[in-house]
Formats: sequence, C-alpha cells, structure tokens
Amino acid sequence: MAAPVIDRSATASSVRSLTLGKALNLGLRTAMEADPKVLVMGEDVGKLGGVFRITDGLQKDFGEHRVLDTPLAESGIIGTAVGLAVRGFRPVCEIQFDGFIFPGFDQIVSQVAKLHNRTLGRVKVPMVIRVPFGGGIGAVEHHSESPESYFAHTAGLKVVACSNAVDAYWMIQQAIACDDPVLFFEPKRLYHSGFMKADVDTAATPQPLFASKVLRRGSTATVVAYGPSVKVALDAATAAEEDGHSLEVIDLRALSPLDLGPVFESVRRTGRLVVVSEAPSEASLSSEIAARVQQECFHSLEAPVLRVTGFDTPYPPAKLEEHFLPDLDRVLEAVDRSLAW
Amino acid sequence: MSVLDEVPATEADSAVPDSAALYRTIRFIRRFEERAVELVKAGEIRSGIHPCIGQEAVAAGAVATLDADDVVLSSHRGHGHLLAKGCDPARLMAELAGRATGIDRGRGGSFHPSDFSANVFNATGTVGHGAAIAAGIGWAAATAGSPRVVLSFFGDGAVSQGALLEGFNLAALWRLPVVYVCENNGYATTLPAGAAIAGTVVGRGEAFGIPSSSVDGQDAETVYAAVREAVVRARSGGGPSLLEMRTYRYHGHHTFELKTRLRYREQSEVDSWLGRDPLLIQAARVAEDERARVDAEVEARLDEVVRFAVASPYPDPATATDHLHADGLRPRPGSAR
Repeated sequence: MAAPVIDRSATASSVRSLTLGKALNLGLRTAMEADPKVLVMGEDVGKLGGVFRITDGLQKDFGEHRVLDTPLAESGIIGTAVGLAVRGFRPVCEIQFDGFIFPGFDQIVSQVAKLHNRTLGRVKVPMVIRVPFGGGIGAVEHHSESPESYFAHTAGLKVVACSNAVDAYWMIQQAIACDDPVLFFEPKRLYHSGFMKADVDTAATPQPLFASKVLRRGSTATVVAYGPSVKVALDAATAAEEDGHSLEVIDLRALSPLDLGPVFESVRRTGRLVVVSEAPSEASLSSEIAARVQQECFHSLEAPVLRVTGFDTPYPPAKLEEHFLPDLDRVLEAVDRSLAW
Repeated sequence: MSVLDEVPATEADSAVPDSAALYRTIRFIRRFEERAVELVKAGEIRSGIHPCIGQEAVAAGAVATLDADDVVLSSHRGHGHLLAKGCDPARLMAELAGRATGIDRGRGGSFHPSDFSANVFNATGTVGHGAAIAAGIGWAAATAGSPRVVLSFFGDGAVSQGALLEGFNLAALWRLPVVYVCENNGYATTLPAGAAIAGTVVGRGEAFGIPSSSVDGQDAETVYAAVREAVVRARSGGGPSLLEMRTYRYHGHHTFELKTRLRYREQSEVDSWLGRDPLLIQAARVAEDERARVDAEVEARLDEVVRFAVASPYPDPATATDHLHADGLRPRPGSAR
C-alpha cells in the first residue's frame, strides 16, 4: 500500500491562489464531500471533466453515479434533475454553453420555476443549473450568449453570476445548499484568466449569496456590472482615475432577486449610474435596473441612467465581437456622457 | 426530504384483478367527470376541464397494479389517474373549481394538480415533460435500492414532442424503473393521430430498445394484465416499458367544445367506440345487485363531493405570493399587486 500523500500546503494554510475555474472546481468538490446527495450531471462532465474543465477529476474521485456523463439532451438532463431534486437529491447540471440552455428552457420555465409554488411548498426543487456565459472566446452564436434576463424574468427561479475566484468558490457551494433552484452563470472567458486569480481562503466566512458587493469606492459616478463585465468596469475605474474621475464599482452577483440597496445608496451619493452588461439591452436586466434606480433615486439623479451593453442583434462573428462587447472605452464614454449631461 | 417519501408501502401485488373494485373505480371516475362537466356548465369550474370520459379503464386498470408508494405522473387529462390512486375526490373537485380547499389550493386546477398523499406527482400542462421527470424519480428510487416504480401517463399528442423522446432515451439508457403509458385517444386536440404521428406510438419505444406493446385500453382487465407485466419488469430491474392504450374520449378535448360545437370526428366513429364503453365492459363482470350497491354508494359520495367543492371559499388574494420560494422570499411590493 502506497504511503498517503499529505498536501502540506493545505494543512499549513487555508488560503490557496486559484483561477476562477479552479475555484469552481474546488467549490463543487467541497459541496460533494459535504453532502452525498449532491450529483453532477451534464455533457462531457465526467471523463473529460467538462469542455472548460470545471468538473475535472470529480468523476474519478466520486464515481460515475455521482458525476454522470449525459447524452446531448438538455430537456432530458434538466427533467431528470427535477425528478432527482424532488426526491431529495441536489443535482448540479452543467449546460455546456449558454446557447445550449434553450432546449431545456421549457423544463426550466414550466417545471423547475413553478413546482414549489404550484405545490404550496410541499415539493422543493434544490437544483443548480450551471451556465458558462458571455463572449470573448472567439466563438459565435450559441457559444457566447448572455441569456440571464430570460431567467430573471421568470418568477420562481433564483439567478446569480460570479465574477471572481473567491465568489466562485463560495457562491457555487451556497447555490447547491439553497433549497430553491438556482441558475448559476459563470463568465467563461475568465475561467482560466490570471486576472481573476485570487487568494481563496476556504476558512473565511462568505458573504450571503443573494447580495451585491461594492468592489471599489468612488464619488464621481456609479458603475454596476456582473459576471464578465465586472472586470471591464474595474478596468474603466482604474483608467478613469487618471482623468481625475472616481468611479464606484458594484458587482451585482445576484441577478434574481436583485440586491439593489447598495446601488441606490451609491447613486444617491454620485447622482450618476452606468450599467454594464454583455446581454442585449432590450427588455433586459439592465432595463430593470435603470427602471428601479429612476424610481428609487429620482431626485438624486444628475443624468439619465446609461447602459453599455451588447447590441440588440444575434452574437456577431468572432472578428466583430470586440465591437459588440462592452469594453473600457465604451464604459468611459458613457461616464463622460453622464458627466456632461 | 420530499414528502413523497413519507408514504409507506401497504398493498400486496396480485396477478388477478379485482373486477368489482375496477368497476367501482371506473364508475366513480365516469360520474366524477360527468358531475365536473355539470359544474363547468354552471360556471363553478371556470377553467373548464379535459374530461377523460371513455378512457376510464386505462386509469383504473393501470393504477390498480401499483402499491401506495409507487409514483404516478399524470397528464392534462388526469382526474382519473388521481382518483384511481386514492386522491380525496372532494378536495380534487374543489381543486378543479379553484377553491382554497383544493389539493393545491387551486393552483394546480384541472390541468396540473398534485396529490403527494396519494403519490401523484404533478400533471404537466405542457405536454411531454413528464417522461424525463419520471426518469429522475425512477433514478432516485433505483439509487436508494427501492422497489418503487413510476407510472408516467401522457397522450398521443405527446409522442410528437422531443422532450418525451429524451426521457425515453435516458430511462432506457440507465434502465430506470418507469412504465410509460400512452393514452392514444386518436386526437391531439383536434388533429387526428394519423395526421400527427409518422410511424407508430409503439415504434417510439422500440427505437430505444424499450419493450413496447399496443393494448386494448377499453378493457380494464386487459390493461391491468399488460401494465402489471411492465411493473413487475421495472420492479425487478428490467428497465422501462411503453404501453400504448388504444382508447377514445367520448367528450371533446376540453369543455370549450361544448360551446364551439366543433366537428372533427365522424359520428359513426364515435358510435363505434361507444359500443366499447369501458364502463359497460367492466359492468358485465360484476353481479347486478353488486353494481346497484356500488352505483348508489358512488352517487351518494359524489353528492357530498360536489357540495363540498361548491361551498368551499376561493383562495384569499393575500395568499397569491405565498410559496414562491423555499426560503420564503416574496415578490417585491408593487410587482404582485
């Protein structure tokens, strides 16, 4: 029998430097160790460890009955997970790419979202649907989309998006522990990015799941973002500093329910708001935020709420996505427009 | 844990159907539906209903093969499934009528009620979803080493839905303890099955290697024998089965047809199926005095059922935002006014 391998770095400290992708992997692993009812299912999540390697090693360590490679059948995957969830399991479904969620949309909207309400709470549906979302990887339609607004629009679902490794580690565990169904959006282009690598303290006390977070204090204008757009907002804040503008950056984290209290508080101080999202702007989360901020902060606003979003078009070809995606320049331009109002 | 797990196993499996019990179930469903149609006409059931009159032998025969802790997933034409599984008829009628005393306080209505005390999981108002959910419940049972099986009902319209076929594939792939029962009443709303289904219903199952057969759905005892074989197979680890029940609805797709006077079926066709009425077929197997006793008992019970439903209050509007989330979160004030 081989001598046990002792990971001295882990015993010495609870802090690890992790990319967002590795933090998700560790969060999933921790949740599976804590609760044998947690299952992972999806396309290529087992042997391959997921096309983005987020479930890497889980099948090897937890077995084929807890980490299941499924056929390409999103309606079947989500439907099966509903059956498991109502019988006490906590399935975590991986949707391989954002655009692949639509074959399962009917199950999510008609069953997942409505069962608890329809059954007066006699049935709980504690499942997580993980969705790598957003662009920036040179893919096109179906592989770069931001469909979160569809789900935030649907009563009965909870929707969150992580933007960094620390949140990724904690939020995935909190979503799995949640008794409601959670749509969990992951910024795929940041999975393996060094920028979002962070020291994750696995012994820390995490922030609540459904809470937004002020990432950077400022006084000139407020910038609200979530998922991959948080990095863009932070970059913009750094660049604006050179122009003497101090931007307050808020990561929404929770998309349904929205936690807009910190946003209202911020806008009442700055008088200006720019919302950044890769999703098209029409009838979207960015519209909802704009509507609620004008309702709650009407007398504090010095300028209309401005939005920097993806275009109201299908996702463009790879060479054009840098024009489609909100970037530092478009965010700064919006801040300038707000200041010039 | 789900409340579904709280129901203990009670009944013993039997190869021989109880003819008198089947007659009572069919009679009860028939009269329940006829009374419900009266309540639709009287304006007490505002949604209308999808009556299963003519299809009662499928519900009665199939569900009679199950134990109390086996699970039924129903369809939009599902009152018979619920009643056969032991749902309280008074609370079901109240549910149809959208009353606060209904099994889902009116939220399930006629189209997608649930009764967990009877192990009837929700019917699906949208068609074809149940197949994969049944697979998941079956998976949970199989993983727990439980002999529990899942009976998943759907109509012929559902076999054109991709969601149903995804469920078939997964249940077959993972050999899950599910019995799929297609009630082929010949019409998806108004579209004849011949104009909707390329190939056959049974062919849908065979394509996935699922043991599949077509059964006379008007004879409850034939239904019982066929479903029992599939249930025994599922219980012993043999995986899913598909049974097509050839049947007919004597009423329209939905009670709205009472007003529209749609004509999409030949009277000769209706008449030929009336000649194979599941109630009469089963009645012939029960002594006349026994039938008279059952009929009187059913009628008296349904009088109580209707009285209870009609006298029950509607839900308090203040409850509209209850139970949206497991953690008690309610919609924002103003968004639910």
